[in-house]
Amino acid sequence: MSGAGLNPLYNFAFFDEGSKREIRRATLKALAIPGYQVPFASREMPIARGWGTGGLQLTLSLVGRSDVLKVIDQGADESVNAVSIKKLVCDTTGIAVTDLTGEATLIQSRHRIPEQPLTEDQILVLQVPIPEPLRTVEPKEAVTKRLHAEAEYSGAYLLLFEEIQRYGTLAGGSDHPVTVAGRYVMAPSPIPRFDNPKLHFSRAPVLLGAGREKKIYAVPPFTPVVSLAFEDYPFRVESFEGKQCRFCGAREVYLDEIPGEDGAVFQCNDTGYCRSRQAGGQA
Amino acid sequence: MAYVAVKGGAAAIEASLERLRYERLKSGVPLGLDEVSGGLSVLIDQVMSEASLYDPAVAAVAVKQAEGSPEEAVFLLRAFRSTVERLHTSRPAVTADLFVERRLSAAFKDITGGQWLGATTDYSHRLLDFSLGDETPASVRVWVNEVEARWQAAGPRTRFPKVVDCLRAEGLLPAVPDDDTPPLDVTKGGLTFPAVRSQRLQTLTRGQTGTVTSLGYASLRGYGVLHPTVGELRVGMLPLVVDPPGEGPFDEDDGYWIGEVRVTEVETLVPVETDVGGRTVLSFDLGYGLCFGKNETKTIAMSLLDQVLESKADLGPLADEEFVLLHVDSVEATGFISHLKLPHYVTFQSKLEGVRQTRKAEEAP
Repeated sequence: MSGAGLNPLYNFAFFDEGSKREIRRATLKALAIPGYQVPFASREMPIARGWGTGGLQLTLSLVGRSDVLKVIDQGADESVNAVSIKKLVCDTTGIAVTDLTGEATLIQSRHRIPEQPLTEDQILVLQVPIPEPLRTVEPKEAVTKRLHAEAEYSGAYLLLFEEIQRYGTLAGGSDHPVTVAGRYVMAPSPIPRFDNPKLHFSRAPVLLGAGREKKIYAVPPFTPVVSLAFEDYPFRVESFEGKQCRFCGAREVYLDEIPGEDGAVFQCNDTGYCRSRQAGGQA
Repeated sequence: MAYVAVKGGAAAIEASLERLRYERLKSGVPLGLDEVSGGLSVLIDQVMSEASLYDPAVAAVAVKQAEGSPEEAVFLLRAFRSTVERLHTSRPAVTADLFVERRLSAAFKDITGGQWLGATTDYSHRLLDFSLGDETPASVRVWVNEVEARWQAAGPRTRFPKVVDCLRAEGLLPAVPDDDTPPLDVTKGGLTFPAVRSQRLQTLTRGQTGTVTSLGYASLRGYGVLHPTVGELRVGMLPLVVDPPGEGPFDEDDGYWIGEVRVTEVETLVPVETDVGGRTVLSFDLGYGLCFGKNETKTIAMSLLDQVLESKADLGPLADEEFVLLHVDSVEATGFISHLKLPHYVTFQSKLEGVRQTRKAEEAP
């Protein structure tokens, strides 16, 4: 799947060059201020707001002719939205795509970080629905901007504290907030808590794009990323203790739970990882 | 047809697109673009207004491709707009130059130049006309020719003085100096808060028709200012002029006329109390609405919202600019709502695990 059907009606990578530059400038600023949400003039895209337009704009602003693209949605390369995004990028660039994490130079993902550790030769782009980690505490943008400026994050901690008060544990869910480089509290996008540690000193830069909310932010390579928690209630990832993938036998990976008549069965969420393990390749 | 995480997503999409095309064409009667432009001009106006792109021919393609869905047509036009280079910025358009097709003032019985009803459904009875099914190109042509012959005598297009200018002359509205500060473009720089008026007006004019109307209605019902009066509503063609190439400064006469756009403009008068030398007197605030095309309800609603937002009064959600401005956009609202159709099993699994944990914690002694 490469080169075929390059759409001649549009510029390389859909945007005009000025738009791409504008988005890259915002990205550079985001890398310079780790975890800080840089506003940008988010364009309307041929896919819907909320379907990955922030990630897509980052991808299109960065892609070059020699790039190899991997797109995953909820861990799956074949998920219809991942396929749709790949098709749009390919139609306007003609670049090659892959399902193998190791082969990709550019990886766009919704809600997962691949199981295979990324390298400094790769860029991970995450799609973000709600970039503001304080939004549940404070609905107003003008106020949350000030809270960030003053590093006033007690609201974020208070949310976690209330959770412990109510449920006796950090019940969490995805999108667990992190502190980046000891300064900005950041929404890591709705990746499971399982993936938060992968951000810590990631070799690959992680770029996060929120199209509807018009923000770009980033974790530069080799940057400390710490999940918010308390000393007596430490951060905890989802537990799949005693479970393993029914196809490749993997443990210590994020698993999908498939309900069945004889009880639930489990399988790797990262389908590319699972397939390469089944094929006996380097995972 | 598999939905997620099964090899064959690409094949499923192809099959779905084929089905979509089939649904559009299965009647065997493809809709002509001239039929769309000719017969659905109000829809085209609505779509151009929400898309912030004035191009009736391109909008007709969008409406056809979208099978008449305004949200889908707006989406198509906005995505197209992202690929179009901005070549020029027009000079500030002066709406006093509008070639008026329709014009009314609710504030006065008679206005200089008179009230012009123009084409409106306002006083039509909404009775379904089943005879429309019998219209043929031939019968329509006879009627159109006959009417146009009668109208020949009407003479050239007209401009009228603006009602608010008359009020200003009387001192009932405060005079305001022309402010030609270049507007902040929310499609180039994004919305920032607190927003400036140009950002507010731009966001409202490209807002979803239904949303702007609903919020305007809420302002009338008590979440805004009661008893506004439409000072003037006008529909007509607005000429646009750009500077010639090269470095300025330029005279007024150096400009190039590049065409005209149909717009609806509304100025609403809202009585407000002001303090003059320790004495409370009444004066008028002005709410402003301007939308591409013939878009009267939306434009009136826009003028109401503009006034409420501008007043900074403590009037609840409608005076909260983040609440209003961040939620009126069609592409953003429909996109984010429709994204709920995407699979969410990773996040749901994470939540499920959390729920199980809280149960475990409850059971613990």
